[in-house]
Amino acid sequence: MERNIRVLVAKPGLDGHDRGAKVVASALRDAGMEVIYTGLRQTPEMIVEAAVQEDVDVVALSILSGAHMTLFPRVLRLLREHGAGHMLLTGGGVISKTDMETLAAEGVGRLFGPGTPTRDIIAYIREEVAKRRTTQETLDDV
Amino acid sequence: MTLLDRLFNGDRLALARVITWLENDPDRRERLMSVLFSRTGKARRIGVTGPPGAGKSTLIDRLIVRFRLQGFTVGAVAVDPTSPFTGGALLGDRLRMQSLWSDPDVFIRSLADRNHAGGLSPATADVMTALEAAGKQVILVETVGVGQTTLDIADLADTTMVVLTPESGDSVQAMKAGLMEVADILVVNKDDRTGASHFASELRNVLEMRHNESGWRPPVLRASARDDTGIEAVYEQLNTHLAFLSQSDRLYQRRLRQSRAAITRALSEEMRRKVVSHPDYDTLIDGLCVSVARREKTPQDAARTVMARTA
Repeated sequence: MERNIRVLVAKPGLDGHDRGAKVVASALRDAGMEVIYTGLRQTPEMIVEAAVQEDVDVVALSILSGAHMTLFPRVLRLLREHGAGHMLLTGGGVISKTDMETLAAEGVGRLFGPGTPTRDIIAYIREEVAKRRTTQETLDDV
Repeated sequence: MTLLDRLFNGDRLALARVITWLENDPDRRERLMSVLFSRTGKARRIGVTGPPGAGKSTLIDRLIVRFRLQGFTVGAVAVDPTSPFTGGALLGDRLRMQSLWSDPDVFIRSLADRNHAGGLSPATADVMTALEAAGKQVILVETVGVGQTTLDIADLADTTMVVLTPESGDSVQAMKAGLMEVADILVVNKDDRTGASHFASELRNVLEMRHNESGWRPPVLRASARDDTGIEAVYEQLNTHLAFLSQSDRLYQRRLRQSRAAITRALSEEMRRKVVSHPDYDTLIDGLCVSVARREKTPQDAARTVMARTA
């Protein structure tokens, strides 16, 4: 069954720089995805609660504050605690390659730096969601 | 434990997944609805509609807080438009509904309208059913921002609230807009703006001129959802309208009307599905397109041919 990919786009932290998040949200929409945009100043708890209620395939975070080594692991842990560990956690911001690798080892998806063409993000999300849906959906039979 | 057992036990992830199936998977939907539907029909159903940017989401957020203060559990459905070109959607209502984000007795779901006319997603009624089956006592539904169009919301809600702003147009606009006919309650939001008082009294004048056989004259209220003023009066009017419906058999009559609309929807959906799933459907249509393009057949003739051959 083909259904739209659902993505939550959120921006944790206290800075007001949401342009990146908005650009990505629009690009994903234009790629045929249903994007739930919750905007600025989201705590990890708020993000995970929204992801659960919206039954998204993907949680995409924009983090420019330098707090990515705290925020990504925290959101990932909360997702798992809420039984939503199957969701893809991805995102972008100013993040060093070393940090990206460390986070990937913990189970965070690919992260994207400044200047990434949005088509790369779209392709990655499509590929990853296709994989995750096939492994996961047999679990919850009506 | 099955998905439905989990839903009845208050598992939010299960409710979320059930909604996904109701929206996307006809087979699962059939099985789910056969269990869920009979368990519902008691919740209060409130529709909120009005032009884009009128403040519907923010007003709903404020009302959720009022309902929670009175001890009601709340579900909300927020519908935003799907792009007819890409099939994608940007669902932004939730952004303004975050006051009680951590309250386990509030559940909010965003839906894309999937290009369905009338300001609602085709799954809206089913999603409302799932929310009620999961224990929500009040269900609020926000339509996409609509103007002069036929409105499905009155077929789903017991009380329909129309949210406007002082800029929403003069009384002539208001008179011809279909929006006015579905309104049980009118809210002039953003009432700190110029012209709010004037617009509200124009609306009242229009409503007074209207022939009204239901016995309910829709009140016009002023509010500012952002500043959280005037919300108490809106909440009171929701209760007054419910009390009005509960007198004699008005609520029952409304439910009969809703049921009729629901059957009609299901009927056209069933008929369409039956036709479209017929193995000869594609070939048949391909051939008929040519005849219609050459003006040898009218589209209506072609449709009748399709129905006859796929019956």
